[in-house]
Amino acid sequence: MAKPEKVLVYRHAAVTRLTHWINVLALTLLLMSGLNIFGAHPALYWGQTSTFAHPWVSIGAVQRPNGEVEGVTQIGSAKFDTTGVLGWSGKPGSRQPVAFPSWATVPSERDLADSRRWHFFFAWLFVLNGLVYWLVGLGGGHIVKDLAPTRRDLAPRNLWHEIVTHAKLRFPKGEEARHYNVLQKGAYLAVVLILLPLMVLTGLTMSPGVDAGAPWLVVLFGGRQTARTIHFLTAFTLVGFVLLHVFMVVASGTWNNIRSMITGRYAIQPGADAGATTPKMGEAA
Amino acid sequence: MIPTAHRRGWLQGALASAGALMLGACDKITNNPTGIAVLQSAEGLTRRAQRLFIDRKALAREFPANAISADFKPNGSIDPSDPDYVALKAKGFADYRLVVDGLVDKPLSLSLADLRALPARTQITRHDCVEGWSCIGKWTGARLGPLLDKAGLKKTARYIVFHCADTLEQTLDGSGQYYESIDLIDAYHPQTILAYDMNDQALPVPHGAPLRLRVERQLGYKHAKYVTRVEAVDDLARLGRGKGGFWEDRGYEWYAGI
Repeated sequence: MAKPEKVLVYRHAAVTRLTHWINVLALTLLLMSGLNIFGAHPALYWGQTSTFAHPWVSIGAVQRPNGEVEGVTQIGSAKFDTTGVLGWSGKPGSRQPVAFPSWATVPSERDLADSRRWHFFFAWLFVLNGLVYWLVGLGGGHIVKDLAPTRRDLAPRNLWHEIVTHAKLRFPKGEEARHYNVLQKGAYLAVVLILLPLMVLTGLTMSPGVDAGAPWLVVLFGGRQTARTIHFLTAFTLVGFVLLHVFMVVASGTWNNIRSMITGRYAIQPGADAGATTPKMGEAA
Repeated sequence: MIPTAHRRGWLQGALASAGALMLGACDKITNNPTGIAVLQSAEGLTRRAQRLFIDRKALAREFPANAISADFKPNGSIDPSDPDYVALKAKGFADYRLVVDGLVDKPLSLSLADLRALPARTQITRHDCVEGWSCIGKWTGARLGPLLDKAGLKKTARYIVFHCADTLEQTLDGSGQYYESIDLIDAYHPQTILAYDMNDQALPVPHGAPLRLRVERQLGYKHAKYVTRVEAVDDLARLGRGKGGFWEDRGYEWYAGI
């Protein structure tokens, strides 16, 4: 018997691919312009108002008695020396007191007016892009069909199996690889249904205009400063997701994954059941 | 095949170069008039969307007295050194007059006592700075709408400009004088007032004594302090550097609802 060959399946619809890459662009620029905006007042609070003497997070520069300047990041009652990255960064000798370093922000120099221009432009792109994804994803069945976990997915035995194989970086082959596994479904759903909408809603809650028109938003988040804090925390949760996502892409086959998000075609390695599988419609052998 | 360590080094180098290229491109766009104009197009979308979806008379939330911030932060000018202002302040603003002119039928010149006799409103509201912080304060002042009606706006008036006594930036052409402008929707909003009291006391100097604007559905820099003249105009182009306000002339949005 001939060795079973790998199968190319059509994995991602054009809308998914297009909205994915627009999202990559928009979220990257939203994050980097957001870090620049944060530099205008690098402190976070809870509630309606700022308790200037007691932020729960702050990033700043302090001068030591010996004249040396240090970047200090404070979280709660803990203080960390973050010289070179947070609070005081740049080439030694020409360091600047800035919350996030210039290589992480757009524009690279601290500029509240320009960074807001970037932020709101890409916020619009991000929201419109998200609406397209949602409308097509819900209308076309992508979210329900491909992302909603099935009863079998959620069985404790299956969950445990997925966690163990993920931890070992062993990825599904054959029939199993045709669908998202339950951890993927959970992660993607959390991003699409919770984290990204949370970014938009907490962002809108910081707007005095929106707060007048939709007072329930401020009530929902418990204050403009709480909303700002959640906006910041959710942004870094998304950064964490992206790091994990990119790591998994690399670990499970960089080019195969990237190709599938560009052309839609994803190669499946033959599994134990490969011999019994006949390619389905729309699939190339 | 390239050894793994080499490949990793190559990949890191490629990523760092791509990142640097992207940052450079972003800075080029920011400094390019067309680039920044494209980014600024979002402001029109935001303004239109807010005008479309938010009731024009919707009130900003008002708070109970126990929510008032003990540490309300004054920003921008906090003690103007302009000679005219210093002279006014020295006499406890007894000689202060607010001029209302421009495209009005009946220009006005009002003392603080005149202003206090006008239809007033008191509100405890949240002040949102463009930098991201917020404070809550109690404001009492003359409602702008009835004041404009008293002067009689001409049909051609489209914006209300607030000229201020403070110079926030020293410039040769005088464009460092603070000023602000709003449209008639915000001018006639019930919470838009010229405040003379803050937290039941006469407005203190750091917060704009003797008179400041409160336009509650916009960010802090719209709330002009040290207001000496209210002018009705049909166009913002001839004021300052033409963008409708001190910070607007320096790149900030004219519509500051977000």
